[in-house]
Amino acid sequence: MDENLKRSIMIEHYQNPLNKGIIDDEGYKRVNMNSKTCIDNLDFACKIEDGIIKDLKFDGEACAISTSSASIMTELFKGKTISEAKEIIENYENMINEKPYNKDLLEDANCYDEIYKQPNRKKCALLPYEGLKKIIEDS
Amino acid sequence: MDFKKDFPMLGTNTIYLDNCATTLKPLSVIDEVSDYYKKYSANAHRGDYDISRIVDEKLLEVRKKTASFINAESQNEIVFTSGATEGLNMIIKGFFKNYLRSKDEVLTTKAEHASLILPWFDVVRKNGATINYIDLTDDLTVTMENVKKAITKKTKVISLAHITNVIGDVRPIKEICKYAHKLGIIVLVDGAQSVPHEKIDVRDMDIDFLTFSAHKMLGPTGVGVLYGKEKYLKQVKPIIEGGGMNAFFDSLGNVEYKELPEKLEAGTQNIAGILGFGKAIDYINELGIENIHKYEVDLKKYMIDKMSRLKNLTIYNKDIENGIVTFNVEGVFAQDVAAYLNKKGICVRVGNHCAKILSEVLGVKNTCRASLYFYNTKEDVDEFVEALDNDNILYDAL
Repeated sequence: MDENLKRSIMIEHYQNPLNKGIIDDEGYKRVNMNSKTCIDNLDFACKIEDGIIKDLKFDGEACAISTSSASIMTELFKGKTISEAKEIIENYENMINEKPYNKDLLEDANCYDEIYKQPNRKKCALLPYEGLKKIIEDS
Repeated sequence: MDFKKDFPMLGTNTIYLDNCATTLKPLSVIDEVSDYYKKYSANAHRGDYDISRIVDEKLLEVRKKTASFINAESQNEIVFTSGATEGLNMIIKGFFKNYLRSKDEVLTTKAEHASLILPWFDVVRKNGATINYIDLTDDLTVTMENVKKAITKKTKVISLAHITNVIGDVRPIKEICKYAHKLGIIVLVDGAQSVPHEKIDVRDMDIDFLTFSAHKMLGPTGVGVLYGKEKYLKQVKPIIEGGGMNAFFDSLGNVEYKELPEKLEAGTQNIAGILGFGKAIDYINELGIENIHKYEVDLKKYMIDKMSRLKNLTIYNKDIENGIVTFNVEGVFAQDVAAYLNKKGICVRVGNHCAKILSEVLGVKNTCRASLYFYNTKEDVDEFVEALDNDNILYDAL
Protein backbone atom coordinates (compact mmCIF):
# COMPACT_ATOMS: atom_id res chain seq x y z
CA MET A 1 0.00 0.00 0.00
CA ASP A 2 1.33 3.40 -0.99
CA GLU A 3 2.14 5.76 1.89
CA ASN A 4 -0.23 8.46 0.72
CA LEU A 5 -3.04 5.96 0.39
CA LYS A 6 -2.40 4.73 3.92
CA ARG A 7 -2.60 8.23 5.29
CA SER A 8 -5.73 8.97 3.27
CA ILE A 9 -7.45 5.90 4.71
CA MET A 10 -6.53 6.96 8.24
CA ILE A 11 -7.65 10.56 7.71
CA GLU A 12 -10.94 9.45 6.14
CA HIS A 13 -11.73 7.15 9.07
CA TYR A 14 -10.63 9.81 11.58
CA GLN A 15 -12.72 12.58 10.11
CA ASN A 16 -15.72 10.44 9.20
CA PRO A 17 -15.54 7.52 11.60
CA LEU A 18 -17.83 4.57 11.02
CA ASN A 19 -19.86 2.95 13.79
CA LYS A 20 -19.14 5.82 16.18
CA GLY A 21 -21.74 6.37 18.86
CA ILE A 22 -22.84 3.81 21.41
CA ILE A 23 -26.49 3.28 22.12
CA ASP A 24 -27.56 1.85 25.44
CA ASP A 25 -29.02 -1.34 24.17
CA GLU A 26 -29.40 -4.71 25.79
CA GLY A 27 -27.19 -7.43 24.46
CA TYR A 28 -24.13 -5.22 24.02
CA LYS A 29 -21.01 -5.85 26.03
CA ARG A 30 -19.11 -2.70 26.83
CA VAL A 31 -15.54 -1.92 27.71
CA ASN A 32 -13.70 1.32 28.34
CA MET A 33 -10.13 1.61 27.12
CA ASN A 34 -8.35 4.50 28.80
CA SER A 35 -4.73 4.47 27.75
CA LYS A 36 -2.27 4.43 30.64
CA THR A 37 0.39 6.35 28.80
CA CYS A 38 -1.50 8.81 26.64
CA ILE A 39 -4.86 10.52 26.43
CA ASP A 40 -6.71 8.08 24.18
CA ASN A 41 -9.99 7.22 25.87
CA LEU A 42 -12.42 5.06 23.88
CA ASP A 43 -15.45 2.94 24.71
CA PHE A 44 -16.39 -0.14 22.73
CA ALA A 45 -19.70 -1.98 22.57
CA CYS A 46 -20.12 -5.33 20.93
CA LYS A 47 -23.13 -7.55 20.31
CA ILE A 48 -22.27 -11.23 20.06
CA GLU A 49 -24.96 -13.79 19.15
CA ASP A 50 -24.39 -17.50 18.54
CA GLY A 51 -20.64 -16.96 18.50
CA ILE A 52 -20.86 -14.28 15.80
CA ILE A 53 -20.10 -10.56 16.14
CA LYS A 54 -23.40 -9.02 15.06
CA ASP A 55 -22.50 -5.41 15.81
CA LEU A 56 -19.51 -3.40 16.99
CA LYS A 57 -19.48 0.29 17.92
CA PHE A 58 -17.14 2.74 19.56
CA ASP A 59 -17.17 6.20 21.07
CA GLY A 60 -14.92 8.63 22.90
CA GLU A 61 -11.97 10.91 22.33
CA ALA A 62 -8.63 9.80 20.95
CA CYS A 63 -5.92 10.66 18.45
CA ALA A 64 -6.16 10.15 14.70
CA ILE A 65 -4.40 6.78 14.82
CA SER A 66 -6.55 5.36 17.59
CA THR A 67 -9.81 6.74 16.23
CA SER A 68 -9.21 5.62 12.65
CA SER A 69 -8.03 2.23 13.85
CA ALA A 70 -11.23 1.86 15.90
CA SER A 71 -13.37 2.83 12.91
CA ILE A 72 -11.64 0.36 10.60
CA MET A 73 -11.84 -2.36 13.23
CA THR A 74 -15.58 -1.99 13.74
CA GLU A 75 -16.14 -2.57 10.01
CA LEU A 76 -13.66 -5.39 9.77
CA PHE A 77 -15.13 -7.54 12.53
CA LYS A 78 -18.84 -7.36 11.84
CA GLY A 79 -20.16 -10.78 10.92
CA LYS A 80 -17.00 -12.60 11.99
CA THR A 81 -17.10 -15.59 14.33
CA ILE A 82 -15.21 -15.40 17.61
CA SER A 83 -12.47 -17.69 16.35
CA GLU A 84 -12.12 -15.68 13.13
CA ALA A 85 -11.96 -12.51 15.23
CA LYS A 86 -9.22 -13.97 17.42
CA GLU A 87 -7.20 -14.86 14.34
CA ILE A 88 -7.55 -11.36 12.87
CA ILE A 89 -6.57 -9.74 16.17
CA GLU A 90 -3.50 -11.94 16.41
CA ASN A 91 -2.43 -11.09 12.88
CA TYR A 92 -3.03 -7.38 13.46
CA GLU A 93 -0.93 -7.45 16.63
CA ASN A 94 1.81 -9.29 14.77
CA MET A 95 1.80 -6.63 12.06
CA ILE A 96 2.13 -3.83 14.61
CA ASN A 97 4.89 -5.68 16.44
CA GLU A 98 6.82 -6.46 13.24
CA LYS A 99 6.19 -10.20 13.32
CA PRO A 100 5.02 -12.36 10.37
CA TYR A 101 1.31 -11.96 9.64
CA ASN A 102 -1.29 -12.66 6.98
CA LYS A 103 -2.19 -9.36 5.41
CA ASP A 104 -5.11 -10.82 3.49
CA LEU A 105 -7.05 -10.91 6.74
CA LEU A 106 -6.62 -7.25 7.58
CA GLU A 107 -8.13 -5.30 4.64
CA ASP A 108 -7.92 -1.53 5.36
CA ALA A 109 -6.22 -2.20 8.68
CA ASN A 110 -3.09 -2.89 6.61
CA CYS A 111 -2.61 0.88 6.54
CA TYR A 112 -0.89 0.63 9.94
CA ASP A 113 1.83 -1.70 8.70
CA GLU A 114 4.52 0.93 9.19
CA ILE A 115 3.36 2.34 12.50
CA TYR A 116 6.33 0.64 14.16
CA LYS A 117 8.40 3.51 12.76
CA GLN A 118 6.70 5.69 15.40
CA PRO A 119 7.06 3.45 18.46
CA ASN A 120 5.00 5.68 20.75
CA ARG A 121 2.06 5.41 18.34
CA LYS A 122 1.92 1.61 18.40
CA LYS A 123 -0.20 1.63 21.52
CA CYS A 124 -2.67 3.97 19.76
CA ALA A 125 -3.11 1.54 16.89
CA LEU A 126 -3.46 -1.40 19.28
CA LEU A 127 -5.90 0.14 21.75
CA PRO A 128 -9.14 -0.74 19.88
CA TYR A 129 -8.00 -4.34 19.37
CA GLU A 130 -7.17 -4.67 23.06
CA GLY A 131 -10.69 -3.46 23.80
CA LEU A 132 -12.25 -6.04 21.48
CA LYS A 133 -10.03 -8.73 22.94
CA LYS A 134 -11.32 -7.96 26.43
CA ILE A 135 -14.91 -8.23 25.25
CA ILE A 136 -14.29 -11.51 23.46
CA GLU A 137 -12.38 -13.01 26.39
CA ASP A 138 -15.25 -12.20 28.71
CA SER A 139 -17.86 -13.65 26.40
CA MET B 1 24.86 32.20 27.17
CA ASP B 2 25.64 28.82 25.70
CA PHE B 3 24.51 26.06 28.02
CA LYS B 4 25.45 23.22 25.69
CA LYS B 5 28.71 22.53 27.48
CA ASP B 6 26.92 22.16 30.82
CA PHE B 7 23.88 20.15 29.70
CA PRO B 8 24.64 16.90 27.85
CA MET B 9 21.00 16.60 26.76
CA LEU B 10 21.24 19.88 24.85
CA GLY B 11 23.61 18.19 22.44
CA THR B 12 21.15 15.46 21.45
CA ASN B 13 19.26 17.29 18.68
CA THR B 14 16.17 17.38 20.83
CA ILE B 15 14.28 20.60 21.41
CA TYR B 16 13.05 20.08 24.92
CA LEU B 17 9.95 22.14 25.71
CA ASP B 18 8.51 20.12 28.58
CA ASN B 19 10.20 21.80 31.50
CA CYS B 20 7.05 21.78 33.61
CA ALA B 21 7.31 17.99 33.64
CA THR B 22 11.00 17.84 34.46
CA THR B 23 14.12 19.77 33.57
CA LEU B 24 17.41 18.71 32.03
CA LYS B 25 20.40 18.22 34.32
CA PRO B 26 23.75 19.99 34.21
CA LEU B 27 26.99 18.02 34.48
CA SER B 28 27.68 19.44 37.95
CA VAL B 29 24.55 17.69 39.23
CA ILE B 30 25.26 14.45 37.37
CA ASP B 31 28.85 14.42 38.63
CA GLU B 32 27.85 15.08 42.23
CA VAL B 33 25.44 12.14 42.14
CA SER B 34 28.07 9.86 40.68
CA ASP B 35 30.77 11.15 43.07
CA TYR B 36 28.68 10.03 46.00
CA TYR B 37 28.66 6.47 44.68
CA LYS B 38 32.32 6.58 43.72
CA LYS B 39 33.95 8.44 46.60
CA TYR B 40 31.94 8.34 49.84
CA SER B 41 29.18 5.83 49.35
CA ALA B 42 28.14 5.53 53.00
CA ASN B 43 24.88 5.92 54.85
CA ALA B 44 24.13 9.02 56.86
CA HIS B 45 23.99 9.22 60.67
CA ARG B 46 26.78 6.63 61.10
CA GLY B 47 29.40 8.95 62.54
CA ASP B 48 31.78 6.16 63.43
CA TYR B 49 33.83 6.47 60.30
CA ASP B 50 35.05 9.26 58.04
CA ILE B 51 33.08 8.71 54.85
CA SER B 52 29.82 8.68 56.79
CA ARG B 53 30.75 11.93 58.51
CA ILE B 54 31.44 13.44 55.08
CA VAL B 55 27.95 12.40 53.99
CA ASP B 56 26.41 13.97 57.12
CA GLU B 57 28.29 17.19 56.55
CA LYS B 58 27.31 17.35 52.92
CA LEU B 59 23.66 16.66 53.68
CA LEU B 60 23.63 19.42 56.28
CA GLU B 61 25.23 21.77 53.80
CA VAL B 62 22.47 21.09 51.22
CA ARG B 63 19.81 21.53 53.90
CA LYS B 64 21.25 24.93 54.81
CA LYS B 65 21.53 25.86 51.14
CA THR B 66 17.89 24.91 50.58
CA ALA B 67 16.79 26.93 53.61
CA SER B 68 18.61 29.96 52.35
CA PHE B 69 17.30 29.47 48.79
CA ILE B 70 13.73 30.01 49.98
CA ASN B 71 14.80 32.15 52.95
CA ALA B 72 13.52 29.80 55.65
CA GLU B 73 14.38 30.81 59.19
CA SER B 74 16.15 27.58 60.03
CA GLN B 75 17.43 24.48 58.25
CA ASN B 76 15.24 22.46 60.63
CA GLU B 77 12.25 23.68 58.66
CA ILE B 78 13.54 21.84 55.58
CA VAL B 79 12.44 18.20 55.27
CA PHE B 80 13.72 16.17 52.34
CA THR B 81 11.07 14.07 50.63
CA SER B 82 10.84 12.00 47.47
CA GLY B 83 9.18 14.89 45.67
CA ALA B 84 6.43 17.50 45.92
CA THR B 85 3.80 14.75 45.82
CA GLU B 86 5.11 13.07 48.95
CA GLY B 87 5.44 16.42 50.70
CA LEU B 88 1.81 17.30 49.99
CA ASN B 89 0.65 13.89 51.21
CA MET B 90 2.74 14.24 54.37
CA ILE B 91 1.20 17.60 55.26
CA ILE B 92 -2.37 16.81 54.33
CA LYS B 93 -2.46 13.32 55.83
CA GLY B 94 0.04 13.86 58.64
CA PHE B 95 -1.14 17.26 59.82
CA PHE B 96 -4.49 18.40 58.46
CA LYS B 97 -6.14 15.04 58.94
CA ASN B 98 -5.87 15.59 62.69
CA TYR B 99 -6.16 19.36 62.62
CA LEU B 100 -9.48 19.56 60.78
CA ARG B 101 -12.76 18.86 62.52
CA SER B 102 -16.03 17.76 60.97
CA LYS B 103 -17.61 20.56 58.86
CA ASP B 104 -14.34 22.53 58.69
CA GLU B 105 -13.65 23.79 55.19
CA VAL B 106 -10.66 23.35 52.91
CA LEU B 107 -10.37 25.98 50.20
CA THR B 108 -8.69 25.15 46.92
CA THR B 109 -9.29 25.62 43.17
CA LYS B 110 -10.31 23.49 40.22
CA ALA B 111 -6.97 24.07 38.52
CA GLU B 112 -4.87 22.09 40.99
CA HIS B 113 -2.63 19.12 40.30
CA ALA B 114 -3.76 15.63 41.32
CA SER B 115 -1.07 15.50 44.02
CA LEU B 116 -2.76 18.32 45.87
CA ILE B 117 -6.40 17.37 45.29
CA LEU B 118 -6.38 13.60 45.83
CA PRO B 119 -4.93 13.64 49.39
CA TRP B 120 -7.64 16.15 50.33
CA PHE B 121 -10.35 13.87 48.92
CA ASP B 122 -9.00 11.11 51.12
CA VAL B 123 -8.83 13.24 54.27
CA VAL B 124 -12.26 14.86 54.01
CA ARG B 125 -13.88 11.49 53.37
CA LYS B 126 -12.55 10.38 56.73
CA ASN B 127 -13.00 13.40 58.98
CA GLY B 128 -16.15 15.03 57.63
CA ALA B 129 -14.52 18.28 56.52
CA THR B 130 -15.54 19.69 53.13
CA ILE B 131 -13.68 21.03 50.10
CA ASN B 132 -14.75 24.32 48.56
CA TYR B 133 -13.40 25.77 45.34
CA ILE B 134 -12.36 29.37 44.84
CA ASP B 135 -14.04 30.71 41.67
CA LEU B 136 -11.60 31.14 38.81
CA THR B 137 -11.92 34.24 36.62
CA ASP B 138 -12.70 33.95 32.91
CA ASP B 139 -9.00 33.72 32.17
CA LEU B 140 -8.71 30.99 34.83
CA THR B 141 -6.78 33.02 37.39
CA VAL B 142 -7.28 33.41 41.13
CA THR B 143 -8.03 36.91 42.37
CA MET B 144 -7.90 38.15 45.94
CA GLU B 145 -11.52 39.20 45.58
CA ASN B 146 -12.59 35.64 44.78
CA VAL B 147 -10.46 34.23 47.60
CA LYS B 148 -12.18 36.56 50.08
CA LYS B 149 -15.58 35.63 48.68
CA ALA B 150 -14.91 31.92 49.16
CA ILE B 151 -13.72 32.18 52.77
CA THR B 152 -16.27 31.40 55.47
CA LYS B 153 -16.04 31.16 59.24
CA LYS B 154 -15.37 27.46 58.82
CA THR B 155 -12.41 27.83 56.46
CA LYS B 156 -9.33 26.39 58.16
CA VAL B 157 -6.88 26.03 55.29
CA ILE B 158 -6.25 27.44 51.83
CA SER B 159 -4.38 24.95 49.70
CA LEU B 160 -3.23 25.85 46.23
CA ALA B 161 -0.35 26.01 43.78
CA HIS B 162 1.70 29.18 43.58
CA ILE B 163 1.85 28.68 39.81
CA THR B 164 -0.42 26.15 38.11
CA ASN B 165 1.01 23.63 35.73
CA VAL B 166 -1.59 24.00 32.98
CA ILE B 167 -2.14 27.73 32.59
CA GLY B 168 0.85 28.90 34.57
CA ASP B 169 -1.00 31.70 36.33
CA VAL B 170 0.72 33.19 39.35
CA ARG B 171 -1.44 33.33 42.46
CA PRO B 172 -1.17 36.29 44.86
CA ILE B 173 0.30 34.14 47.62
CA LYS B 174 1.64 36.95 49.79
CA GLU B 175 -1.73 38.69 49.87
CA ILE B 176 -3.56 35.40 50.43
CA CYS B 177 -1.31 34.56 53.40
CA LYS B 178 -1.70 38.02 54.90
CA TYR B 179 -5.48 37.92 54.67
CA ALA B 180 -5.77 34.27 55.74
CA HIS B 181 -3.55 34.66 58.78
CA LYS B 182 -5.73 37.44 60.17
CA LEU B 183 -8.54 34.89 60.20
CA GLY B 184 -6.43 32.07 61.62
CA ILE B 185 -6.36 30.19 58.31
CA ILE B 186 -3.28 28.14 57.41
CA VAL B 187 -1.90 28.36 53.85
CA LEU B 188 -0.38 25.36 52.07
CA VAL B 189 1.41 26.21 48.83
CA ASP B 190 2.43 23.79 46.08
CA GLY B 191 5.59 25.41 44.72
CA ALA B 192 6.52 22.76 42.16
CA GLN B 193 6.10 25.15 39.22
CA SER B 194 7.22 28.35 40.93
CA VAL B 195 10.31 27.63 43.05
CA PRO B 196 12.38 26.65 39.95
CA HIS B 197 11.40 29.79 38.06
CA GLU B 198 11.06 32.75 40.39
CA LYS B 199 12.17 34.02 43.76
CA ILE B 200 10.25 32.51 46.64
CA ASP B 201 10.82 34.02 50.04
CA VAL B 202 8.78 32.00 52.52
CA ARG B 203 9.23 34.58 55.25
CA ASP B 204 8.36 37.60 53.15
CA MET B 205 5.34 35.79 51.71
CA ASP B 206 4.62 34.30 55.15
CA ILE B 207 3.87 30.84 53.72
CA ASP B 208 2.97 28.18 56.32
CA PHE B 209 3.74 25.06 54.27
CA LEU B 210 5.51 24.83 50.90
CA THR B 211 6.43 21.80 48.81
CA PHE B 212 8.53 21.46 45.66
CA SER B 213 10.52 18.94 43.60
CA ALA B 214 14.23 18.90 42.84
CA HIS B 215 13.90 17.40 39.37
CA LYS B 216 11.91 20.37 38.11
CA MET B 217 14.86 22.63 38.98
CA LEU B 218 17.87 20.82 37.47
CA GLY B 219 18.11 18.30 40.31
CA PRO B 220 17.80 14.51 40.34
CA THR B 221 14.46 12.70 40.33
CA GLY B 222 13.25 11.28 43.62
CA VAL B 223 14.06 14.32 45.76
CA GLY B 224 11.75 16.99 47.03
CA VAL B 225 11.44 19.53 49.78
CA LEU B 226 8.78 20.08 52.38
CA TYR B 227 9.06 23.42 54.12
CA GLY B 228 6.93 24.23 57.14
CA LYS B 229 7.00 26.89 59.79
CA GLU B 230 8.51 25.19 62.80
CA LYS B 231 5.37 25.63 64.94
CA TYR B 232 3.33 23.67 62.37
CA LEU B 233 6.00 21.25 61.23
CA LYS B 234 6.39 20.09 64.84
CA GLN B 235 2.77 18.96 64.77
CA VAL B 236 3.08 16.92 61.57
CA LYS B 237 2.67 13.27 62.47
CA PRO B 238 5.04 11.05 60.50
CA ILE B 239 2.99 9.00 58.04
CA ILE B 240 6.02 6.79 57.51
CA GLU B 241 7.96 5.46 60.50
CA GLY B 242 11.22 3.59 60.71
CA GLY B 243 14.92 4.02 61.20
CA GLY B 244 16.58 7.39 61.45
CA MET B 245 13.48 9.13 62.79
CA ASN B 246 13.02 7.54 66.25
CA ALA B 247 14.98 8.38 69.38
CA PHE B 248 13.65 5.53 71.50
CA PHE B 249 11.17 2.66 71.48
CA ASP B 250 10.51 -0.35 73.67
CA SER B 251 8.53 -3.58 73.68
CA LEU B 252 5.56 -1.87 75.33
CA GLY B 253 5.09 0.26 72.25
CA ASN B 254 6.49 3.46 73.71
CA VAL B 255 8.06 5.49 70.94
CA GLU B 256 9.89 8.76 71.04
CA TYR B 257 10.65 10.54 67.80
CA LYS B 258 13.74 12.53 66.99
CA GLU B 259 13.56 16.29 66.59
CA LEU B 260 12.85 17.99 63.27
CA PRO B 261 13.70 17.46 60.51
CA GLU B 262 14.80 13.83 61.06
CA LYS B 263 11.44 12.97 62.62
CA LEU B 264 9.89 13.27 59.16
CA GLU B 265 12.65 11.49 57.26
CA ALA B 266 12.21 7.79 58.02
CA GLY B 267 14.54 5.30 56.38
CA THR B 268 17.64 5.93 54.31
CA GLN B 269 17.12 9.06 52.28
CA ASN B 270 17.97 9.56 48.62
CA ILE B 271 21.44 10.72 49.61
CA ALA B 272 22.91 10.85 46.10
CA GLY B 273 19.85 12.77 44.92
CA ILE B 274 19.92 15.27 47.76
CA LEU B 275 23.62 15.96 47.20
CA GLY B 276 22.95 16.43 43.48
CA PHE B 277 20.12 18.81 44.39
CA GLY B 278 22.66 20.95 46.25
CA LYS B 279 24.56 21.44 43.01
CA ALA B 280 21.32 22.29 41.22
CA ILE B 281 20.72 25.10 43.72
CA ASP B 282 24.29 26.30 43.17
CA TYR B 283 23.74 26.38 39.42
CA ILE B 284 20.52 28.39 39.78
CA ASN B 285 22.09 30.76 42.29
CA GLU B 286 24.97 31.40 39.96
CA LEU B 287 22.60 32.44 37.19
CA GLY B 288 20.32 34.28 39.61
CA ILE B 289 16.71 33.23 39.97
CA GLU B 290 15.49 36.74 39.05
CA ASN B 291 17.51 36.58 35.81
CA ILE B 292 16.04 33.17 35.03
CA HIS B 293 12.53 34.51 35.52
CA LYS B 294 13.15 37.55 33.36
CA TYR B 295 14.69 35.46 30.59
CA GLU B 296 11.72 33.09 30.55
CA VAL B 297 9.18 35.92 30.48
CA ASP B 298 11.01 37.56 27.57
CA LEU B 299 11.35 34.28 25.67
CA LYS B 300 7.65 33.54 26.14
CA LYS B 301 6.80 37.00 24.79
CA TYR B 302 8.94 36.27 21.75
CA MET B 303 7.19 32.91 21.35
CA ILE B 304 3.67 34.31 21.77
CA ASP B 305 4.43 37.07 19.32
CA LYS B 306 5.44 34.52 16.68
CA MET B 307 2.67 32.04 17.51
CA SER B 308 0.02 34.77 17.36
CA ARG B 309 0.78 35.24 13.68
CA LEU B 310 -0.35 31.68 12.96
CA LYS B 311 -4.06 31.40 12.28
CA ASN B 312 -4.43 27.75 13.20
CA LEU B 313 -3.65 28.13 16.90
CA THR B 314 -5.69 28.80 20.02
CA ILE B 315 -3.47 30.01 22.87
CA TYR B 316 -4.97 29.85 26.35
CA ASN B 317 -2.50 31.89 28.40
CA LYS B 318 -0.95 34.60 26.21
CA ASP B 319 -0.64 37.26 28.87
CA ILE B 320 0.53 35.21 31.80
CA GLU B 321 4.10 36.13 32.69
CA ASN B 322 6.22 33.00 32.80
CA GLY B 323 7.48 30.30 30.47
CA ILE B 324 4.33 28.22 29.95
CA VAL B 325 2.35 28.28 26.70
CA THR B 326 -0.82 26.20 26.52
CA PHE B 327 -2.40 25.84 23.11
CA ASN B 328 -4.30 23.75 20.62
CA VAL B 329 -4.09 23.47 16.85
CA GLU B 330 -7.44 23.92 15.18
CA GLY B 331 -8.95 20.63 14.07
CA VAL B 332 -6.09 18.49 15.33
CA PHE B 333 -6.29 16.40 18.51
CA ALA B 334 -3.61 17.50 20.98
CA GLN B 335 -1.92 14.11 20.92
CA ASP B 336 -1.57 14.22 17.15
CA VAL B 337 0.08 17.63 17.47
CA ALA B 338 2.59 16.19 19.94
CA ALA B 339 3.23 13.16 17.71
CA TYR B 340 3.84 15.52 14.79
CA LEU B 341 6.22 17.71 16.82
CA ASN B 342 7.98 14.58 18.05
CA LYS B 343 8.76 13.71 14.44
CA LYS B 344 10.56 17.06 14.29
CA GLY B 345 12.47 16.32 17.50
CA ILE B 346 10.39 18.71 19.59
CA CYS B 347 9.11 17.57 22.99
CA VAL B 348 5.85 19.02 24.29
CA ARG B 349 3.35 17.61 26.73
CA VAL B 350 -0.28 16.91 25.91
CA GLY B 351 -3.27 15.99 27.97
CA ASN B 352 -4.94 17.39 31.01
CA HIS B 353 -1.57 17.76 32.75
CA CYS B 354 -2.76 15.95 35.90
CA ALA B 355 -5.30 18.70 36.56
CA LYS B 356 -8.36 16.75 35.54
CA ILE B 357 -10.95 18.99 37.16
CA LEU B 358 -9.75 22.00 35.17
CA SER B 359 -11.41 20.74 32.00
CA GLU B 360 -14.75 21.43 33.73
CA VAL B 361 -13.80 25.11 33.68
CA LEU B 362 -11.57 25.34 30.61
CA GLY B 363 -14.13 23.75 28.32
CA VAL B 364 -11.53 21.63 26.54
CA LYS B 365 -10.25 18.39 27.95
CA ASN B 366 -6.84 18.22 26.38
CA THR B 367 -4.26 20.81 25.45
CA CYS B 368 -0.65 20.98 24.29
CA ARG B 369 1.80 22.62 26.64
CA ALA B 370 5.20 24.00 25.74
CA SER B 371 7.14 25.04 28.83
CA LEU B 372 10.46 26.86 28.76
CA TYR B 373 13.52 27.07 30.96
CA PHE B 374 16.56 29.31 30.83
CA TYR B 375 18.49 26.99 28.48
CA ASN B 376 15.84 27.22 25.76
CA THR B 377 16.73 29.68 23.02
CA LYS B 378 15.07 31.84 20.40
CA GLU B 379 16.29 29.28 17.87
CA ASP B 380 14.30 26.59 19.72
CA VAL B 381 11.24 28.81 19.56
CA ASP B 382 11.83 29.56 15.87
CA GLU B 383 11.94 25.85 15.02
CA PHE B 384 8.89 25.14 17.14
CA VAL B 385 6.81 27.90 15.52
CA GLU B 386 8.07 26.99 12.05
CA ALA B 387 6.88 23.42 12.65
CA LEU B 388 3.44 24.67 13.69
CA ASP B 389 3.21 26.87 10.60
CA ASN B 390 1.81 24.00 8.57
CA ASP B 391 -1.73 23.42 7.30
CA ASN B 392 -1.22 19.66 7.12
CA ILE B 393 -0.26 18.86 10.71
CA LEU B 394 -2.85 16.12 11.00
CA TYR B 395 -1.67 14.46 7.80
CA ASP B 396 2.00 14.83 8.72
CA ALA B 397 1.36 13.43 12.19
CA LEU B 398 0.46 10.03 10.74
